[in-house]
Amino acid sequence: MAAITLTGLKKSYGQAHVIKGVDISIADGEFCVFVGPSGCRKSTLLRMIAGLEDISGGTLDIGGRVVNDLPPKDRGVAMVFQSYAIFPHMTVRENVAFGLTIAGDDKATKDAKVAEAARILQMEHLLDRRPSQLSGGQRQRVAIGRAIVRKPEVFLFDEPLSNLDAALRMDMRMEIGKLHKSLGATMIYVTHDQVEAMTLADKIVVLKDGLVQQIGSPMELYHNPANAFVAGFLGAPSMNFLEVEVLSVGNGAAVVRNGALEAVTVPVRAGTPRPGQRAQLGIRPQYLAPAPAGEAGQLRGTVILTERLGSETVLELQLPDSTRLIAALTRDAVFDLGTVVNLTFDPAMTHLFAE
Amino acid sequence: MSSKFQRSNRAGWVMAGPAAVLIAGFVILPFFFAIALSFTNQRLISPNPTEFVGLANYRQLLGMAVLTVDPVTDDAGQVVMKDGAPEYPSLRSLTRNNPDYPHLQGMREWSSFDWGQSRVYILARDVVFLTAIVNTFIFVIIVAPVQAGLALGLALLINQRMRGINIFRAFYFMPVVVSIVVVSLLWRFIYDGDSGLLNNLLGAISFGAIPPVDWLGNPSTALGAIIAMSIWQAVGFHMVIWLSGLQTISPTLYEAGAIEGASKWQTFRYITWPGLRNTAVLVLIVITMQAFALFAQIDVMTNGGPLDSTQTIVFQAIERGYGKQDISGGSAISVILFVIVLSISLIQRWLTRERT
Ligand SMILES: Nc1ncnc2c1ncn2[C@@H]1O[C@H](COP(=O)(O)OP(=O)(O)OP(=O)(O)O)[C@@H](O)[C@H]1O
Ligand SMILES: [Mg+2]
Repeated sequence: MAAITLTGLKKSYGQAHVIKGVDISIADGEFCVFVGPSGCRKSTLLRMIAGLEDISGGTLDIGGRVVNDLPPKDRGVAMVFQSYAIFPHMTVRENVAFGLTIAGDDKATKDAKVAEAARILQMEHLLDRRPSQLSGGQRQRVAIGRAIVRKPEVFLFDEPLSNLDAALRMDMRMEIGKLHKSLGATMIYVTHDQVEAMTLADKIVVLKDGLVQQIGSPMELYHNPANAFVAGFLGAPSMNFLEVEVLSVGNGAAVVRNGALEAVTVPVRAGTPRPGQRAQLGIRPQYLAPAPAGEAGQLRGTVILTERLGSETVLELQLPDSTRLIAALTRDAVFDLGTVVNLTFDPAMTHLFAE
Repeated sequence: MSSKFQRSNRAGWVMAGPAAVLIAGFVILPFFFAIALSFTNQRLISPNPTEFVGLANYRQLLGMAVLTVDPVTDDAGQVVMKDGAPEYPSLRSLTRNNPDYPHLQGMREWSSFDWGQSRVYILARDVVFLTAIVNTFIFVIIVAPVQAGLALGLALLINQRMRGINIFRAFYFMPVVVSIVVVSLLWRFIYDGDSGLLNNLLGAISFGAIPPVDWLGNPSTALGAIIAMSIWQAVGFHMVIWLSGLQTISPTLYEAGAIEGASKWQTFRYITWPGLRNTAVLVLIVITMQAFALFAQIDVMTNGGPLDSTQTIVFQAIERGYGKQDISGGSAISVILFVIVLSISLIQRWLTRERT
């Protein structure tokens, strides 16, 4: 059984402290996603867990053992790389069997285990090909096959889908989800794609500059983001932020206002705003809607861009104080550029982040 | 849209012109000249007109025969013993104007051994050239694997992140930059029979138990000495080629290997070596060709001696062509060398081909 606990984990390159004390605990069998923008050190953290980077401080515990100083092979982990890292000179069969060959298994065992992995990944027909004769998605299957064939307790994925095109990415994403359910192993998955994070994760860890911003289930993070960074990172299109002034606070709610927005009472979910303070009011694009005809609404903006996706219409609007907002309507609608639109939103669905 | 340069043939020819002329003049033309000359009796400077002689030069160079001679018997049919060994008829009597053996005319003994009662002679029309071929092959057979292997070992050693690794790289590469003539001169001092560095060193570490050896003056050590020095000289060059091959192998492959638990040897066997396939073919072919061209070391260090123990094919070609002014003989040797190197390269390519 392999639960994973990171306690005060640190990494520095000389004077550069890239991971600044990370605490995460991942239960056995959990699917945990590290997500964050490019350069937030999520790969570095994953590679420290794998044993490919030294740990500068803190402890890493896998399955009840502190493994800080163990080489990768003794940590019981398998890893799938962004660049696949499959061996170009070996056939698919040899690639998938690589870990078994290294362990010195006999041919019959290897054949049986490879066949099993190929069946799970639906790539029986590819076994005798060389990597150069495979598409990107097929190569990634081979890499996953090599990982599952040893039945490790922990799987590590470093952006495994980022080299695939959108349609294939969605297929493979679902397959990885199914794989997790059928294998029941602990998985850590690194991505900068919040859709992958939201759809796959039992637990999401949002990272920024080597620090954990928030840990929780996808819906916890979506509905109760701890700070503006997390709120802006999860959800597409990303959350709108209005610079507001806090007028009064009380009863888990606050009254806020700015030049473009009449005073409005909003819930306080995170932090403790004080009256007179400046704050960010976050409104998800999905909760902004054009006001019914004849009503003034809470905000007025000029349409500067529209994107019609059929099921959804995305508007970019400019407010009088030149802030830009995104509104996502769940229907197809036509807006001419330059039209002024009155917008309403439900104050209960907003997020207030004091600075 | 292709640019004017890409479309205009004339501009392309003008630019390629100088190089093409030089290559044609100094590589392609001499190549065909050598082939043509090898079928004539042309001398470097000669008043006589050139004559076509067919394969005579090749026959002269490569002519060989095996001759089994029975011991001399007296009238009673008893083997005549001389100094405790059977006496054989003198070889000269068979190869000089002997009407019974016209095909042996002018041949000399290259080697001989006893076979039961009789003696077997291997005769060659040109004993020195045969020795040169054998020496060259010995040189190639030892130098190619040893130099390639050592170079790979060095490349693996210096292909790591370490403080000051560039100093090591520079040290190993230095002999390559120095002219082979200079290196050969230096090694003549190292190999010197009386006070050479090597003799001093061996004497010092064995507390005088190893007596001084005249490394270059002794037929049994001269070729070995040249082999050792040649390996040392060019090993850095091939190390750099291996190194460039090593650096084309993606580091994630090694990481994947580490995760799967590959030992050092398994990493080399399953990741490094397969990744070096093409480099290996290149290194082997280059070393083989360089080794066949062995000349400068011989010219500077031994001049083919002692007792022809360091004769080589190229040394012979130049010795014939210019030393003895027999340019057609020299050309024939060059053509023979060309055929040998070409066949070996083709065999190597076939052996190391991509199997599908
Ligand atoms: N040797 C090093 N010395 C100093 N800093 C380093 C070193 N190696 C990596 N870093 C730091 O780590 C950062 C990259 O971290 P990492 O690769 O983990 O990011 P990431 O979140 O995976 O990004 P991406 O989404 O682009 O893959 C770099 O911005 C760099 O500052
Ligand atoms: Mg990364």
